Amino acid sequence: MALLNKKSQVVLKDPLMNNNPITFQVLGICSALAVTVKVDTAIIMTLAVVFVLSMSNTLISLLRNFIPSRVRIIVQLAIIASLVILTDQVLRAYMYEMSKQLSVFVGLIITNCIVMGRAEAFAMQNKPGQSFLDGLGNGLGYGIILIAVSIFREILGSGTLYGFQIIPSAFYDSGYVNNGLMVLSPGAFIILGLIIWIQRTVYDIEEN
Amino acid sequence: MLEHYLSLATKAIFVENILLAYFLGMCSFLAISNKVQTSVGLGMAVTFVLTITAPANWAIHHYFLEEGALVWIGLPNVDLSYLNFIVFIAVIAAMVQLVEMILDKFSPTLYHNLGIFLPLIAVNCAILGGSLFLVERKYTLMESTIFGFGSGLGWFLAIASMAAIRHRLRYSNVPSKLRGLGITMLLTGLLSMAFMAFSGIDL
Repeated sequence: MALLNKKSQVVLKDPLMNNNPITFQVLGICSALAVTVKVDTAIIMTLAVVFVLSMSNTLISLLRNFIPSRVRIIVQLAIIASLVILTDQVLRAYMYEMSKQLSVFVGLIITNCIVMGRAEAFAMQNKPGQSFLDGLGNGLGYGIILIAVSIFREILGSGTLYGFQIIPSAFYDSGYVNNGLMVLSPGAFIILGLIIWIQRTVYDIEEN
Repeated sequence: MLEHYLSLATKAIFVENILLAYFLGMCSFLAISNKVQTSVGLGMAVTFVLTITAPANWAIHHYFLEEGALVWIGLPNVDLSYLNFIVFIAVIAAMVQLVEMILDKFSPTLYHNLGIFLPLIAVNCAILGGSLFLVERKYTLMESTIFGFGSGLGWFLAIASMAAIRHRLRYSNVPSKLRGLGITMLLTGLLSMAFMAFSGIDL
């Protein structure tokens, strides 16, 4: 980390754990959970969000002095939507199967509160370099939660991890069954709730 | 035919609830659901906007953006569907603005009740998600309208029940680190499980 000065390090590392966008800022839960049934979709989604978030933060920060504040929301939306279209087209061209699985959730990155939230809260007031790091940090912080949820859901729900069998077949022979609830939506809500509980206990944060 | 529409509506409201099965509109759900009255207001606004934007976006997709849609001006080979995202979000933002202006003019009481929530709705995932789903599932105009209305109503139902649950929750002793977001997520999980009991219902 010698490459970055102290402030940049904080900007990059803070959102990873103790100011995580999902568990502390409560942003971007919308599309986060639907893609967490399997680890591979969660990883691709993370990459897409990291790309969109860091690029949109950089671009908005570059343009921040030219955007009139009355129409800033629509300008931000246009920039974000263009980046999402780019991501979607690339996914369709090179990973068609994956883009079918992600279905509408790539498009929904546009309305993911995390992208707009960081643009409003950070990129509009800071230099492009810092904004890029903020986008990267928040994207990765979002990804950590996404991948953590998906690891639990895939192991408990399908008995696999990244497509490989994890639960030995001897377990199944002796009567073990996969927890079907984990594959369905309640599993995601409950696992995220538990992760939030653990994380807030570790970092000692309370909400009223 | 009527049965088909009825079954589509039930599916959108209960079985495939846009919030509890597809996780759309979670941000505003988590932020607003601590008060029953505001939840009802937001729920009504979402239902309203979804019912209008779904057919509007269907028409735009069908007559302008779809592959071969521009055949009526002599351009049969043009496929503009990659513009879907940006056009849909623009339509939604414009519609929200329009609805706000119309309400302000003709129904000040309703405007007063929904007023503060309308601008928020433009970036609600549930609205854009509804439009993207109807393209992906290739609905017709009538189906899109019913799907839009049903999804909105389902969202309304979910946020209203969550607000009622959270209201009761104030009197219970939740572990301090679980308060707020944590317990709301767990409760949403239980609510979502309850809604899953509707699956299998086919009219």
